[in-house]
Amino acid sequence: MNFLQNHIFYIGAFGLILIGLFIMLSKRNLIKVIIGLSILETGVNLFIVTLGYLNQGTAPIFSKPGLDVQKMVDPVPQALVLTAIVIGLAVLALALSLAIRLYNHYGTLNLQKIKEQKW
Amino acid sequence: MRKFIGIILLVIIAWGLLITMKEIPFGEQKTKVGKYYIENGEVDTGASNIVTSVVVSYRSFDTLGEVTVLFLAAIGVGAVLATFQRKEKRKLEPSSLILNTGCRFLFPLILLFGAYIFIHGHLTPGGGFQGGAVIASAFVLVYLGCRGKRINQAGSKLAESLGGLTFVILGLIGLAVGGRYFLLNFLPKGEFNTLFSAGIIPIIYIAIGFKVGSELSGIIDQLMEES
Amino acid sequence: MIILASLLVVLMLVAAIAASVFKDLISAVIAGCMVSLIAAVLFYLLQAPDVAMAEASIGAALVSAVFIVAIKRTKRYEE
Repeated sequence: MNFLQNHIFYIGAFGLILIGLFIMLSKRNLIKVIIGLSILETGVNLFIVTLGYLNQGTAPIFSKPGLDVQKMVDPVPQALVLTAIVIGLAVLALALSLAIRLYNHYGTLNLQKIKEQKW
Repeated sequence: MRKFIGIILLVIIAWGLLITMKEIPFGEQKTKVGKYYIENGEVDTGASNIVTSVVVSYRSFDTLGEVTVLFLAAIGVGAVLATFQRKEKRKLEPSSLILNTGCRFLFPLILLFGAYIFIHGHLTPGGGFQGGAVIASAFVLVYLGCRGKRINQAGSKLAESLGGLTFVILGLIGLAVGGRYFLLNFLPKGEFNTLFSAGIIPIIYIAIGFKVGSELSGIIDQLMEES
Repeated sequence: MIILASLLVVLMLVAAIAASVFKDLISAVIAGCMVSLIAAVLFYLLQAPDVAMAEASIGAALVSAVFIVAIKRTKRYEE
């Protein structure tokens, strides 16, 4: 129980990173590879927010006067992850538009067949 | 053969991650910068939401870089998909009356909710990026429900450019007034925990909300094909 | 609290494995959307409401919309 309490969020984030990498390395369809990229980015963002947590902490917002300042979680990883989520969406949109162009040019989305066609 | 090398690579990376998991303790105080921002955030910026004051006031240059990356991605999608010959225009049947009326009724309510999120960004959780995403999903609802309706392209590009320009001009005014650095918070701080407080932070978030909303709905509009 | 977090993490990993196994690409996108949704709940349990809102609105809704629009213009079934 103590092991679970300390490590459950790390196990979730690392599991997502490994599954995302596995999809990207071993699947042949281009859109499946891009889905793997999206899962990988979610895993990395979960890992970074886990680093800033404090035991029995509260959210860093002064909603009422007189809140305990010593118990607030770290706000800097949250600001960085906010930026990273939006940039992940932008990269995915660009990758999918390139995939649409590839499909219209070659007629297939299978990476093995695209490598075999020379022209 | 490829799969074998892939699995060996994954085992090496998993071993590295396990070593990391043992080294970093969970739930202890790790850095000093966060402590400084929490203790002095009220006095320096006047915003109640510390994450907002970190994103817009202490690390505002990173936010400028992110706004630039979003702009580049929108231009990139438009450039890659622009040189297409349409094969034939399919004639779509219009959607039924209930669907049409329901989507047109919900559209201003969702826009109002998104505007509430980015105007109160310095008091409650939220801000420009979340509010912009809600506005973009309102536009996606109209595209899917009432077929054939599109927003005006020129108006969307104008809103996007004005949002980005407001951000940069506010930063340059800060440089001119204070004389010390870019994006100085030069308006008065006001009372704590009210709507008109925290200097230029609400104005920057309103500009970012407009920009992100029109940009994301423009990206989805360009990816869709039908007339 | 720990029991809830453990159940959610197990569900998230099952959804990620399902996204890799499905042959119909739209089902794989829906599994990816479920991963994002459970990640948003985990962000809330880690006391980060801003990040939870951003992940739920951008990661779960807009990424799935962009994927489905792109799949409509290419093939639906993986070969």
